[in-house]
Amino acid sequence: MNIKICGPGCKKCEQATEAVREAVAEAGLEAEIEKISDFAEMAKLGVLSTPAVIIDGQVKCVGKAPSKKEILSWIV
Amino acid sequence: MEPIKPTGCCGADAELHQVTGEEKQNEPSEQNEQGEQKKQKIKRVAWGIFGIALWFVLYKQLLPFSHWFAYSLLGLTPGSHLGEAVQFFVYDTPKVMMLLLLIVFTVGILRSFFTPEKTRSLLAGKREITGNVMAAGLGIVTPFCSCSAVPLFIGFVQAGVPLGVTLSFLIAAPMVNEVALVLLYGLLGWKVAGLYLVTGLAVAIVSGWIIGRFNMESSIEDWVREIRAGEQLDMDTQLTWTDRIEQGKEAVRDIVGKVWPYVIAGIGVGATIHGYVPEDFMAAVMGKDAWWSVPGAVLVGIPMYSNAAGIVPIVEALLGKGAALGTVLAFMMSVIALSLPEIVILRKVLKPKLIGVFIAVVGGGILLTGFLFNLII
Repeated sequence: MNIKICGPGCKKCEQATEAVREAVAEAGLEAEIEKISDFAEMAKLGVLSTPAVIIDGQVKCVGKAPSKKEILSWIV
Repeated sequence: MEPIKPTGCCGADAELHQVTGEEKQNEPSEQNEQGEQKKQKIKRVAWGIFGIALWFVLYKQLLPFSHWFAYSLLGLTPGSHLGEAVQFFVYDTPKVMMLLLLIVFTVGILRSFFTPEKTRSLLAGKREITGNVMAAGLGIVTPFCSCSAVPLFIGFVQAGVPLGVTLSFLIAAPMVNEVALVLLYGLLGWKVAGLYLVTGLAVAIVSGWIIGRFNMESSIEDWVREIRAGEQLDMDTQLTWTDRIEQGKEAVRDIVGKVWPYVIAGIGVGATIHGYVPEDFMAAVMGKDAWWSVPGAVLVGIPMYSNAAGIVPIVEALLGKGAALGTVLAFMMSVIALSLPEIVILRKVLKPKLIGVFIAVVGGGILLTGFLFNLII
């Protein structure tokens, strides 16, 4: 599984990354977590507002830091 | 259904529609669950009405309470410096906090109806003037954090939103926001809050429109224009009212949790000044007659960066001590809307020439606003 997190590095983006890590650990999954802070790349993915979470190429949420529970519902 | 209707609020109406939509899809075996949902909704509306009523009752008690607290409980003399300062602080702090809670919660729910993606598709291909007006208005209700300014800018430009319209959005979004308006209303009254709302929108609309006239699309950084449009995201998330209320609560936790120390500090400063500093202290420096104070205020304001919550108490203190309204509004706008950090962020997507025009036009708009109000009020 490949999880991308888009965000320039503000507080909310950190929250999102943290929540993704926790969720992956809790689900006991093997996942590659990638942080994207390059604006050009975000634009190519169609992301307008950060933080955004993209799982296996599918954008799951934009503009907010998702909770661990939400992330679990996407990856399990 | 009957108990819901009399509230007449659009929220309850939307809920009604949603219920009928769900009913059609539901299997007969789910009748029970449906009843549960209905009950829950009625309960929620009842709680809402109860909450708002309680809010008003409490709000009305604040002024008598502050008088009782300062003059009866503490035994301070009405009209004395300390008495005035204490009464002001005990009245204003809960008042502003209560206003913030109510408005931030309401705006949080309102914002759950908007996303940057929706705003973009509303603005794409709009003609200038109409687009500028819409962009400034949408800037208030579209949820977006300042670190999203760059991806948002790129996304708007790609989708064919004109440059000037995009900038109207980016100027209005930080400048006209609910926290600034609540604080202005709570501390300075609805006239100042209203003036700020109208002039803030006007500066955003007109500045964006003027920049659009300059046809400066070529001054967007090349890498931005070279990006091939990504696929349009279709985040078709169906939010229920539970989600929306959750988002309102989230906004309260997030915003009120962040700004309350500024509010209290600001009111503390206000209370001290209210009691102690002479009335016309600032009049000589920032009064109506000192025309140079308007450009001075803008120049001082640009390198300063503060959110609305931090700046309003200062504004209040300045106004209370004889500074002219136009000068103070100009100062507030330049701090919030034309800050150095924002310019640094925009520099990533705009070439220096366009940045220069941006600062000149927005700064000019703010100056004009300042002079205008000093002239007419």
